[in-house]
Amino acid sequence: MSSKPKSFQSLILTLHDYWSAQGCVILQPHDVEVGAGTLHPATVLRALGPKPWNAAYVQPSRRPGDGRYGENPNRLQHYYQYQVILKPNPPNMQDLYLGSLEAIGLDLRTHDIRFVEDDWENPTVGAWGLGWEVWCDGMEVSQYTYFQQVGGLDVSPVAGELTYGLERLAMYVFGVDNVYDLPFNDPDAPLGHLTYGDVFLENERQQSEANFHGYDVAVLKGQFEDMERQVPLMLARSYQGKALVLPAYDMVLKASHLFNLMNARGAIAVAERASYIGRIRDLCKMCASEWVKQQEAA
Amino acid sequence: MPQLLVELFSEEIPARMQAAATRDLERMAREHLAAAGFLPEALKTFAGPRRLTLVVEGLPIAQADRKEELKGPRVGAPPQALEGFLRKAGLTQDQLVERDGVWMAFIEKTGRATPEIVAEMVEAIVRGFAWPKSMTWGSGKLRWVRPLKRILCVFDREVVPFAIDGIESGDTTEGHRFMRVGFGWGGQPFKVRDFDEYAKGLLDHFVVLDVEERKARILEGCKTLCFARNLELVEDLGLLDEVAGLAEWPTPVLGDMDPAFLDLPAEVIRTSMRTHQKYFAVRDPATGGLAPHFITIANVQSADGGKVIAEGNAKVLSSRLSDARFFWDEDVKVGFEPWLEKLNGVTFHAKLGTMAERVERIVALAREIAPLVGADPDKAAEAARLAKADLTSQMVGEFPELQGLMGGYYARAAGLDPEIADAIRDHYKPQGPSDAVPTAPLSVAVALADKLDTLVGFFAIDEKPTGSKDPYALRRAALGVIRIILAGVRLPLTRELVVAWIFASEARERAAMAKLPQVDGIITKRSVGITFSGADETVEPAGSRDPEAEKGIRELLAFFADRLKVTLKDQGKRHDLVDAVFALGDDDLVRIVARVEALDGFLKTDDGKTLMAGYKRASNILKAEEKKGWKAEGDRVLLDDASAPEVQLHDALRMVEPALASALAAEDFTAAMRELAGLRGPVDAFLDGVFVNSEVAAERDNRLKTLAAVRDAMGQVADFSLIGG
Repeated sequence: MSSKPKSFQSLILTLHDYWSAQGCVILQPHDVEVGAGTLHPATVLRALGPKPWNAAYVQPSRRPGDGRYGENPNRLQHYYQYQVILKPNPPNMQDLYLGSLEAIGLDLRTHDIRFVEDDWENPTVGAWGLGWEVWCDGMEVSQYTYFQQVGGLDVSPVAGELTYGLERLAMYVFGVDNVYDLPFNDPDAPLGHLTYGDVFLENERQQSEANFHGYDVAVLKGQFEDMERQVPLMLARSYQGKALVLPAYDMVLKASHLFNLMNARGAIAVAERASYIGRIRDLCKMCASEWVKQQEAA
Repeated sequence: MPQLLVELFSEEIPARMQAAATRDLERMAREHLAAAGFLPEALKTFAGPRRLTLVVEGLPIAQADRKEELKGPRVGAPPQALEGFLRKAGLTQDQLVERDGVWMAFIEKTGRATPEIVAEMVEAIVRGFAWPKSMTWGSGKLRWVRPLKRILCVFDREVVPFAIDGIESGDTTEGHRFMRVGFGWGGQPFKVRDFDEYAKGLLDHFVVLDVEERKARILEGCKTLCFARNLELVEDLGLLDEVAGLAEWPTPVLGDMDPAFLDLPAEVIRTSMRTHQKYFAVRDPATGGLAPHFITIANVQSADGGKVIAEGNAKVLSSRLSDARFFWDEDVKVGFEPWLEKLNGVTFHAKLGTMAERVERIVALAREIAPLVGADPDKAAEAARLAKADLTSQMVGEFPELQGLMGGYYARAAGLDPEIADAIRDHYKPQGPSDAVPTAPLSVAVALADKLDTLVGFFAIDEKPTGSKDPYALRRAALGVIRIILAGVRLPLTRELVVAWIFASEARERAAMAKLPQVDGIITKRSVGITFSGADETVEPAGSRDPEAEKGIRELLAFFADRLKVTLKDQGKRHDLVDAVFALGDDDLVRIVARVEALDGFLKTDDGKTLMAGYKRASNILKAEEKKGWKAEGDRVLLDDASAPEVQLHDALRMVEPALASALAAEDFTAAMRELAGLRGPVDAFLDGVFVNSEVAAERDNRLKTLAAVRDAMGQVADFSLIGG
């Protein structure tokens, strides 16, 4: 076991080490904007189909509406989620998870760790599962879910998903009250020390302004509709006998992010919301069933 | 006699499902055992965060042997019938015995060993358990609330061997998830062969099995912590139930809260503690106000006495309360008018328009009701206008249960009239049977307007409660109206419903983008013109009638009647008396209740009982004659040769009728009953001594008229024909 991490990045590296040792492939972030780590194709698509799959990765997540111009110590429009997906979920998955908390320096006999009912769902990708939010001394540090459905399809075998809110977890582990004060790298590093704020504060300011006021709503709407049209076209094309489901899913992700941007711009009326979410879900379902077809055929 | 112990050990079971799970487990076990012919001496079930446990005392080691008699076909029946019977019973013909011309089979069944039956029972329970939500895990197909890890099953100190989808039964369970004897963390497995070993083993491994014991520990622990710091626990039974389902080794830990947060409303602090963090609040016994501390119920007894846990939780609470403070500050800055603007964008119901439109209706209704309840109409209108504004405030967005309450606080913070602030705060009341009824006239006006608009709106779009389904809580709204009225408000209910109906119809038509509303089509039962004090407009109910509205209002009145009946029945009033009074068609709830009470008292007296019997006889006679076509025409007179009982009843009626009328006019129903009591003797004497069906037509007619007069007099008090013996 590595020694207790001293910085945001070493916390990530510790988790990588830990899950790598369990047999996960350690992936890099998906290069399309997403609202949550779950949406990475390594989770949404790989959770489906009969093949085993164990992976861990960090995913930058964008929630345009959560931007606070860098002025709120707890809220960011761009933040990191650490994502683990284990399919089929091993019988000792809870113990593996608790082992990861221990690895990042939490003493499980001193802290109060609790599994509190929280049934996860994500209507835009037609996904739901049962599980818990995991509390450490009253703070939610992870989401733990046994996927039951994704893209409207049953997940079988069941995939277990862990999501760590990295900034929040790090703030707790390092006893920091403001996210921008987090040590990004080791405070004693020979080449110099940077905080989370040094790295991301300006990004939060500019992106917040863009999210709330910058983007042209008509352009966003046009792009959304373009993506919506592209998905079935992409699925209609095939290579070596397989429909282009992976590019098609990227289009779904883009549509989903464009929807979030429109939402942050206040361009979506309450009544329209459900219909937009339904449109994205339909696109996602098309991809999911095509993916499962290919997985089962292989 | 032998004991059975079963434990289903799983990952964490949601707290809210545990109580029902113990009941279901008990019911299923009882049914299975009874079906096998067992009658256990005792059966008990337990649920905790990770386990469901069943213990059954006094089971035999096997079922008793049984003899079965099977009746076959008649001797001489077609051979196919006999073959079919032999196949079904698994017998050959030489095993049959002839009895009274019928083939009989006598089968001796050896009772099965109890473990066999137990194995089947546990499997049936696991596969048939009705969790509110269940799941599959891994590569399996078995469903449970969360992954099922172990099955412990011992009968008479021996393992009952079986497997369910690969989970083998055994005699092993495990202790607390983290706490263990010695170094490290993690559940320690241990073996048990009976319940005593099990309960003791669990305690030794830091698990309290019985939820009642966990609750007792929590309360006791909280009180000890409070006592040491001279604090008082704010008891919260719902929260106690929940936290007792979240910890196997519940350990209260007291943490500190920054006292600066105490300037937030106490309800905000408590709600934040409760809903987000599941903390108990504590108060300062000297002031009665909240103290700057909290108690969290940890699942571990940590080596440092909970110091790290207390600090961690304090930090989380601090950030939660900082959010609350932020909401408060922002909300106070923004204030009512922008919130009201936002209500235009909030849909109340697709068929009833926006929340802003609903507010307009409540304003108009509150203004209309105000003078009837002693409130100032302008103030009532203003309070109603502001009552729903807090729905778009940030605080209520975060804590919906603080609606109304926050509006009241914000109104005070904005320096509004305290009466208006109170009306905003109290207009949702009463929310449940234990909630107080508003009594300040302004609050009453807005509270009634709010509820009547809800009721009428949903009845107008045909969203009435059915069976157990009442998604818009209309029963609660009606009960709220009833309780407010019975607390001493004289509200002409029909009239107010008509007014509210007109407003709701307008809204519905607007929502349906139909033509402009027709407000003049409605006829009330009382046919009164209705003045909208707000719109300065008089509606004449003459002319075209609106049958839909009439039907709706009739249904609403019946709905109120039903709710009132339920209320009165809950108070122990007889169902038939309530019906008898309702049959008069009165819609004044205060008067109805007074009548029921007086009637109830009267029928308990001798006079009441006897008069009731007289009424029955009289009305039977009348009914028979009326069937033959008799009708009371012309006045009742005293014939010259009338007998003494006739004279007596005639005189009594002459005395009673005006006295009854004036008692009823004064709404003194006890006095009215007293007047009726005066009829008892004469009615009795009349029925016993007078032959009604005289051959002299004039005599017969007059005697029937006399009885009809008795019936009519009594009918002014209640419809006695609906009262049971």
